[in-house]
Amino acid sequence: MNASRTTSVTTAEEIVRECRSLAELLPSQALARAQEGRPGLRGFGVFPVYAPQEIIHAAGLMPVGLFGAGAKLETTRADSRFQSFICSIARSTLELFLSGDLGRENGFEGAVFSSICDVARNLCSVAGRNAPGVYVEYLHLPQNAATPAAREYTRREFARFRDNLAGRVGRAIDDEAIRRSIALYNRVRELISDLYTQRQERPGSIRTADLFTVVLAGTCMMPEDFVPMAESLLAGVREHVPVPRDTVNVVLEGAFCEAPPIDLIDAIESAGCQIVEDDLAIGWRIFREDVPVEGDPVAALADAYLAGSAYTSVRHDSARPRTRGLLERVEASRADAVILASAKFCEPALFDYVLFRRALDERGIPHLKIEFEEKMWTFERLRNEIETFTESLLFD
Amino acid sequence: MPTTAPPPAPAVNDYGSVVHDLSREVMTAWMTQLQDAARSGAPSAYMMVSGNCVEILRCFDILPVFPEINALQLAIRKKALPYILKAEEIGYASDNCAYVKADIGYTLLEGVGENGLTPRPSLIVCNFVGCNVYIKWFEHCAEMLGVPLVMIDVPFVRQGEAVSTGDLHYVMAQLRGLIAACEELTGRKFDIDRLREIVGYSARAEAGWSRAKELCKSRPAPFDCYFDSINMMGPINALRGTKEAADFFDAAVAHYEVMAARGLGATDEEQFRVVFEGPPPYPYYRNFRNLFAAWKAVCVQSTYSTVGGTWEFGFRHDPARPLESIAEQMLLHNLCNRTMQERYRQIRRYVEEWEADALVIHSVKSCRLFSAGQGDMREYFTKELGVPTLMVESDLEDPRYYAEAQMKNRIDAFFESLQYKRLRGSSAEARPAFSEGVSDAVRRGR
Ligand code: SF4
Ligand code: SF4
Repeated sequence: MNASRTTSVTTAEEIVRECRSLAELLPSQALARAQEGRPGLRGFGVFPVYAPQEIIHAAGLMPVGLFGAGAKLETTRADSRFQSFICSIARSTLELFLSGDLGRENGFEGAVFSSICDVARNLCSVAGRNAPGVYVEYLHLPQNAATPAAREYTRREFARFRDNLAGRVGRAIDDEAIRRSIALYNRVRELISDLYTQRQERPGSIRTADLFTVVLAGTCMMPEDFVPMAESLLAGVREHVPVPRDTVNVVLEGAFCEAPPIDLIDAIESAGCQIVEDDLAIGWRIFREDVPVEGDPVAALADAYLAGSAYTSVRHDSARPRTRGLLERVEASRADAVILASAKFCEPALFDYVLFRRALDERGIPHLKIEFEEKMWTFERLRNEIETFTESLLFD
Repeated sequence: MPTTAPPPAPAVNDYGSVVHDLSREVMTAWMTQLQDAARSGAPSAYMMVSGNCVEILRCFDILPVFPEINALQLAIRKKALPYILKAEEIGYASDNCAYVKADIGYTLLEGVGENGLTPRPSLIVCNFVGCNVYIKWFEHCAEMLGVPLVMIDVPFVRQGEAVSTGDLHYVMAQLRGLIAACEELTGRKFDIDRLREIVGYSARAEAGWSRAKELCKSRPAPFDCYFDSINMMGPINALRGTKEAADFFDAAVAHYEVMAARGLGATDEEQFRVVFEGPPPYPYYRNFRNLFAAWKAVCVQSTYSTVGGTWEFGFRHDPARPLESIAEQMLLHNLCNRTMQERYRQIRRYVEEWEADALVIHSVKSCRLFSAGQGDMREYFTKELGVPTLMVESDLEDPRYYAEAQMKNRIDAFFESLQYKRLRGSSAEARPAFSEGVSDAVRRGR
């Protein structure tokens, strides 16, 4: 019994190590890796927060998450295009276009951006201009779920994306293919959600730094490969017997777009916090339930986005305000506190901080605000700050 | 009520001030209405400037209140900083749009409601047209004031000049939703004929604004289309859909026509014609203007003056299709809902058709809608089109980002080099005049 547990644990460690090396690759390198055994596979970049990956996958492409590349690549030319008061992901993503990493010669068909913020919107346009021949799509995701017209609008918007993409790859993307992709991504989301449940219900069974690494890796590999890998990981995590630690359970909120450095997550956890919920890479696990695989698949995705998705800082939903969403997240995860972590200069997160802080203060839920950026190498100061925060909660 | 007809014939040296005074008159009347409403509690609604549907509010006699204009006025009167600090105290970041911070600070410090200068709105109408900060701003206002919010989600233009029927239906459905909310608020039935009349006033004002800008093609330009355009942006944005605004533009245009015919300009000897991109630094409006005036540089076109609408390219509200034309304007015919590349095209037309010598980009920290990516814009205009381009940075609201000496150095250096090139150009006989040279470069870039 002991022996088998050791094997599983080792496997889980191996998987995380493998994922870490994947998450450190540039998009073109991740695509090259997926092409081993799949010659001719082409990629399609997905800028956060959300785009219907199923449609991209059904087009025969590999959706590749673009979460920022500042630590992996020297930003040289992009720095002069976006001023110093703009978040780092804008610069590093533009650099990926300027350097040709997301170009056709590297196997990319294009990339999709959506209406998350003013920076992303301008970035999409600037990237398109600087990468002639690359197909750059912009989705306007609905900001008004209250109007009955939103359903039809969203369906049309996703269908427009499908048609443009089909024109680009030169073949129709049929409903059956989209349904198959939906089923596959339902499984991907289910596995991630199971891993999240393990972390929450059995603290220490998987560290958040590892969980996030795996989720990130999932955004730059084929879902067909992710599923068996995540299944073995889940088995390993289930068997792992965590050592109890004296920690403060926290919700990590605000890092929904530019990915924080994994070492930052590490620093938070080693400073005495147990992250029990987060909005990391939320767009890739946004649906709370399976998307139906019957009927019109594009309508199913549109409906899921409108009515069945997690709240995010980049979407207005009058029926489900974000502040309520956060409080529910805290309650459901039985967290003691919230760490509001935003990318430096990220306006949606910085604005939300004001209302989040208000709501948390009203209910006496402790919180700490931190900021991160891509080119961040030392975490000592942050670790101290978090330690002080944790200690004040543990010993007061 | 303001007197707007007929225009007095300008004396040689009063140009500028006539339209300025007329504008102040109509704007003051509106602000008095706001103050009255603050006391009486008459129905009012918050709304954003860019691509809005103010005509619908007017149809129900709901007084529009524009927090952006409130922020602008605080900045230009040099009163913004304490409000910005107040907002930062409750958690706003130094990197958040300072328009929002000034307005929220003002709201919190009792500027809104019975004791203040603006009414507590009965409704908050978020016309989400391009700027995502709009959503956050109005979510915050709704929460802090406890006022219901009506969202109008306007899809961003993503296929050039075309508006898809799907987008149009989506926006129109939401406009009908707004109409229903207004009916409920006022207890009045929607009257389409009233809307037609209002939309007719809008179209008249738009034609006037467009004609005034057209007149800036004359040499010298009769007004500065950046610094003086504020006199017209107030009426076109805050008062559009009223008879007063339409009359104001008739009067302003008549005045500028006379000036253009007599060869009178915004400055005595126009030396440089520039196109401006980005909002002005309101906290140092006059100082900033003087730095350009010193070089007798006149702005002949600006993108900032088109946040409400790009009327100079021909679009008008249409009384025959009132709701549809409102939706079309929100979707397509305003700067904010268009891509950076569309903005480059707009500026390029300005440089060519208004015969400008240079482009000036004022990059503001607050407004990422304008500024994110302006480095690329500079790259495009200087390297690809050969248009001399100056980029300076400060803010539209926060006085802490304006560094006068540095600003002056950069502006002086830029115009010195323009002047030098021009002298060199005119000494070489075969060469075209400088501005023609630019236009040629622009044409070649096509
Ligand atoms: S990090 Fe924030 S500001 Fe930057 S692109 Fe993402 S959502 Fe926009
Ligand atoms: S970001 Fe710009 S457009 Fe948006 S509210 Fe602020 S100043 Fe206005």
